[in-house]
Amino acid sequence: MKESFLKKNKIMEKYSIFIVLILMFIICSVLNGNFLTKNNLINVARQLAVGTILAYGEMILIISGMLDLSAGSVLALSGVLSVSLYKATGSLAAAFLIAILVAVVCNLINAGMITHFNAPPFIATLAMSTVARGAALLYTKGQNILQLGDYVVFGQGDILGIPIPIIFLIVITVIIYYLLRHTALGRSLYAIGGNEEAAIASGIKVKLAKYKVFMINGILVGIAGVLFMSRVNAGLPNGAVGYEMEGLTAAIVGGTSFSGGVGTTMGTLAGSFIIGCLNNIMNLTGVDSYVQQIVKGAIIALAVIWDIRSKSKKTSKLILVEEKQEKQLNLNTN
Amino acid sequence: MSQEIKLRVSNIEKSFPGVKALNKIDFVVRKGTVHALCGENGAGKSTLMKIINGIYKPDAGQIFIDEKPVKIQNPIQAASYGIAMIAQELNYVPEMSVEENLFLGRLPVNRFGKVDWKKLRRDTLKFLQDEGLPYEPDQKLKTLTVSDIQMLEIIKAVSNNASIIVMDEPTSSITQREVEKLFEKIAMLKEKGVSIIYISHKLDEVFHIADDITVFRDGTVVDSRSAKDFTMDEVIALMVGRKITNVYPKEECPIGETILEVENLYSKGIFKDITFHVKKGEIVGFAGLVGAGRTEVMRSLFGLDPITSGKVKIHGEEIKIQSVHDSIANKMVMLSEDRRRYGIIPVRSVMENASISSLKKFFYGGHWHAKQEKEMVSRYFQKMSVKTPSLETTIQSLSGGNQQKVLLAKWMILEPDILILDEPTRGVDVGAKFEIYKLMTEMAKQGKSVIMVSSELPELIGMCDRIYVMNKGRITGELQRDEFTQEKIMKYAT
Repeated sequence: MKESFLKKNKIMEKYSIFIVLILMFIICSVLNGNFLTKNNLINVARQLAVGTILAYGEMILIISGMLDLSAGSVLALSGVLSVSLYKATGSLAAAFLIAILVAVVCNLINAGMITHFNAPPFIATLAMSTVARGAALLYTKGQNILQLGDYVVFGQGDILGIPIPIIFLIVITVIIYYLLRHTALGRSLYAIGGNEEAAIASGIKVKLAKYKVFMINGILVGIAGVLFMSRVNAGLPNGAVGYEMEGLTAAIVGGTSFSGGVGTTMGTLAGSFIIGCLNNIMNLTGVDSYVQQIVKGAIIALAVIWDIRSKSKKTSKLILVEEKQEKQLNLNTN
Repeated sequence: MSQEIKLRVSNIEKSFPGVKALNKIDFVVRKGTVHALCGENGAGKSTLMKIINGIYKPDAGQIFIDEKPVKIQNPIQAASYGIAMIAQELNYVPEMSVEENLFLGRLPVNRFGKVDWKKLRRDTLKFLQDEGLPYEPDQKLKTLTVSDIQMLEIIKAVSNNASIIVMDEPTSSITQREVEKLFEKIAMLKEKGVSIIYISHKLDEVFHIADDITVFRDGTVVDSRSAKDFTMDEVIALMVGRKITNVYPKEECPIGETILEVENLYSKGIFKDITFHVKKGEIVGFAGLVGAGRTEVMRSLFGLDPITSGKVKIHGEEIKIQSVHDSIANKMVMLSEDRRRYGIIPVRSVMENASISSLKKFFYGGHWHAKQEKEMVSRYFQKMSVKTPSLETTIQSLSGGNQQKVLLAKWMILEPDILILDEPTRGVDVGAKFEIYKLMTEMAKQGKSVIMVSSELPELIGMCDRIYVMNKGRITGELQRDEFTQEKIMKYAT
């Protein structure tokens, strides 16, 4: 009996976010006939690509007990540099690589401030956010860079009918899933976020792992920068303001625990899609855009409350089951 | 001693989904006496205490105070009935002052709601003077020792007119001398007619201090009578439900060549001139009072804290230990004294906790070998008799003893040559203690070396081949097995 109870609990816990997503799909398609069309769904996914990629970066950082408030600004900086390099050289590859390079450098500086000077991630990345935004504006003198030519292929092109941003999203999802589930680094990140001192005492190279996770975040932010600028067909030094919050929201709604040590790739993907679908259906049904903001905020609050409640319930039940089990085992050994 | 009954617990039952936690619990606590509760972890003591303190509601049964039936709905109500709880993990605000902590939640205010700091200072000074505590009211609590904070908690309870004080493992992190101070305080409280419910795994203390003993096992009371009518062996047998014939499963095994040599280890302001060695097949103990620097030496040796100077040799070769990674590479591992802080990763599964130090064993060729991990962890869990509902259960939901065994399994997977155990049996029950001793013996028989830091002299004397004694950051004595006595150790330790 207790095993089935445990199992049921676990299944519910594991898949509840997907059940929410499916329910949302059903409700949305009932509300508006246009929702479940191929065009609309592809459109949703394309719009979600940048946000979800950023959300993965935030997720792996939150799992490790940190976060990145500089994602939006670094995205803008690496995006405008990428765009202007493309305009100067005409090389898509060089433009793509410079975006990643710039974002990685910014993130390694973040990691350096955090590991070597013990700066709280909140403050360190907040500082980086201001610096990166300033650098982007300085470099472009505050002007948007227009007429990107073939650069738009990243955000608007497709391969075999699949939009390129969606291909990026799928590949990155697979890689992040693999990283968290099937690598030693993944295990280390969960351990560091779960209890950093214990991770150190277990022989994990915590500082190195923090550099690595920020580097991965940098790669993700750089790619997001290219996709963003190419989708809007302009180098916007003032673009993507607040995108780190979108990423954080998706990760949290997807079950990533802000106290660290807990979170999954699929959960974050679902979280991102829940918010994306919500945005989409509110647009389709003509909900006022200010009301949309209020609804989104309410959803974050609900997700966090739900997360905390289910966690406290689960632990207390498990302790009791375990005590009982121990008793039975004791009886058996007697 | 009074025969008057202060607290009567009658027929208390409590079930949780699928679990009967307490079954028909009956016992009485007399006025002005110390009533000890003994039992292994999970026997139901803490569930019962939570019911008495109003945290849980019983399914059936009745609690009487002064023979009047009472309903206790929450801890505030419990306090109004004169029930106070001194938890094992003390609750206090380290950054606040002594006076603020003492009156936390009931600061004296004037009629405008402003805190009356003068009255607060006066009342606090009176308390500190009455109790003979040499502290300033405005001193931050983090500057006090654990034992003094505990004493403050007790004073706080008494100042709240508590007549029943529950103490959960009060001596688990204080020194021998402080224990005596605590016992003096308890004697004074008894004289004032306060009843104490005393929960402890340390049976020698229980027998020293208790007037009555109630033994719990598997959610029932197996026996409850005057302490005079019990022997220690009887209580142990009742607790575990079987006879443990030998408390310390020590076996003599051949001692080989020296494996670890530590020369003149020095850490500025913490310890000095630390020179010792450990041989193959040897169990070496480190005795001393809390604060003698034993834990600090081990932490530095293991690479958690830096050293100022000194040499460490393993197998005769000098090695540089700058991080835990270095000592693991040299097959030296350490179980920390503070399980929650340096041991477990609470939100992760028992399996992940067990494999976290051997990631390289399971991650090679570019991917994770989940099956190997599962097999290896299960094997060591079986060896250590870890009791867990599943490998995916989060470690925070296991009992202290089982958490400790998971952490030991984590190190065993690495097949270490040198195992450092810092207070390995603190806060674990009799059964788990025995498993840990057995593991130590097993290691020694395999020709490995064990270093055990412990504040419990009987276990050091029972398990070790050699004991170093530390005092004030230095090694002050070294004793061979045939010279072990508590008196000799204490002489070097003070």
